[in-house]
Amino acid sequence: MLIRSAADLRESEVTDKALWLDRRRFLALGAAGALALSGLPAEAGLNTVKGPFSTDEPPTPRKDVTTYNNFYELGVEKSDPAQLAPSYFTKTRPWSVTIAGECAKPGTLGYEDLIKPHRLEDRIYRMRCVEAWSMVIPWVGIPLGEVLKRFEPGSKAKFVEFTTLQDPERLPGQRRSVIDWPYVEGLRIDEAMHPLALLAVGLYGEELLPQNGAPIRLVVPWKYGFKSIKSIVAIRFAETPSRTAWMKAAPREYGFYANVNPAVDHPRWSQGAERRIGEFLKRKTLPFNGYADQVASLYSGMDLAANF
Amino acid sequence: MDKLLRQGWVKPLLFAVCLIPLGLLVWRGASGGLGANPIEATNRFLGDWALRFLLIALAVTPLRQMTGWNAVARWRRMLGLFAFAYVVLHFSSYVGLDQFFDWSAIGREIVKRRYITLGMVAVVLLIPLALTSTNAMMRRLGGRRWQALHRLVYVIAPLGVAHHWMMVKKDITEPAIHAAILAVLLGWRGVARLRHNGAATTARPTACSVPQSSSPSP
Repeated sequence: MLIRSAADLRESEVTDKALWLDRRRFLALGAAGALALSGLPAEAGLNTVKGPFSTDEPPTPRKDVTTYNNFYELGVEKSDPAQLAPSYFTKTRPWSVTIAGECAKPGTLGYEDLIKPHRLEDRIYRMRCVEAWSMVIPWVGIPLGEVLKRFEPGSKAKFVEFTTLQDPERLPGQRRSVIDWPYVEGLRIDEAMHPLALLAVGLYGEELLPQNGAPIRLVVPWKYGFKSIKSIVAIRFAETPSRTAWMKAAPREYGFYANVNPAVDHPRWSQGAERRIGEFLKRKTLPFNGYADQVASLYSGMDLAANF
Repeated sequence: MDKLLRQGWVKPLLFAVCLIPLGLLVWRGASGGLGANPIEATNRFLGDWALRFLLIALAVTPLRQMTGWNAVARWRRMLGLFAFAYVVLHFSSYVGLDQFFDWSAIGREIVKRRYITLGMVAVVLLIPLALTSTNAMMRRLGGRRWQALHRLVYVIAPLGVAHHWMMVKKDITEPAIHAAILAVLLGWRGVARLRHNGAATTARPTACSVPQSSSPSP
């Protein structure tokens, strides 16, 4: 694994040229033969293995998952991201992610270098939005913890901070200061290392679309959706928790942990029940979004009403 | 212009225009145009139009005073009743579609969520206005009392705007536009009243000779 530092790296260099030529050849050839030639994830149809923890609940229709999105960088209405992305967020490659902070191997990596050492897994997760709706989403991704370990976080790395791309050309919602851009999110290091936490690069077996956070996003299924930051460009290991975008916007309403918790109401939305997209009647919301068996121990001894 | 507005076909046309949002909603619902969360979309659509009709009804008097088109005064009741109709539909979609008649949940929400409390107060306050909108009720109450009652709309409309404002998560553009329009509409009345009072004070000797309105004094 070659890790280059940010200083001697230009935007144009983040992706190996041969790799990109190969990709083009692949696109020209079409799906069938190319997979064998390139060994890269295919543009349509990713090469995946079944991951652990998948729910057997029926997935929300692809059309709903790709047209009902909260991604304020592409507009505040849920229909905006899918409508605006084709004319603005057209290029999600080349893409690089900067790793910084309390780790032995900081640097900037191209998308391919970040993903390549890992197997892509299919993981069907429930997703619960703080606005009291939910979906079941078949993600394709790699375990976050395995990625983070490659950078050898030190003992001071108590938290991990993620940052979304800031580029008003491609993300026109950032031309207005609806929230304080760029979007920032964070996890405690043990949360980030938990095997449920996923760096997603695909959806429904295909590459992520911009409205879903292309080319790389976080998925933390036991937390409200806004923790699952989209279009990540930076990962930083830190000693202290970040002041996240939503905490800055409304500290009374959005906490750092944002664990799905039916017992702690949001000022605007009761969290006891949720509407699964596509269903008429509401269903009961489960603690940690139904992942309590896996993650509740992370919070033993914590008052989750205070640490919401 | 005023003459044109008095034509017999104008009011039925306006009635039909007021039904367009409802028609649009039904059409979108039938064609799948309400998106992944049709219940939320329906609720918001009806709420938006309830508020817009309230503002439109409140715009009638300033419009008449500004333009001298006295004919528009004849639309006011209809527009107000359309505002009420969209409010009732919005309320019904909340109770029936969103909460599916879970009255205990609705009760908790009314008590707990301030924006829902305000919305509910607005709905309740609108009911007497709708009930007294007939000619018979107007006669029974007497013009002055009727007018005093219907000034409740100056409370209801701000409640509606506040209800929307507090519900919005972050982008307050739309509620801010509604608030600005409301401020202009109410401000107009305030200024008109001050001027009227000023005129009445300076012209006190002749004020008595102004013919009283036909309503009996309380």
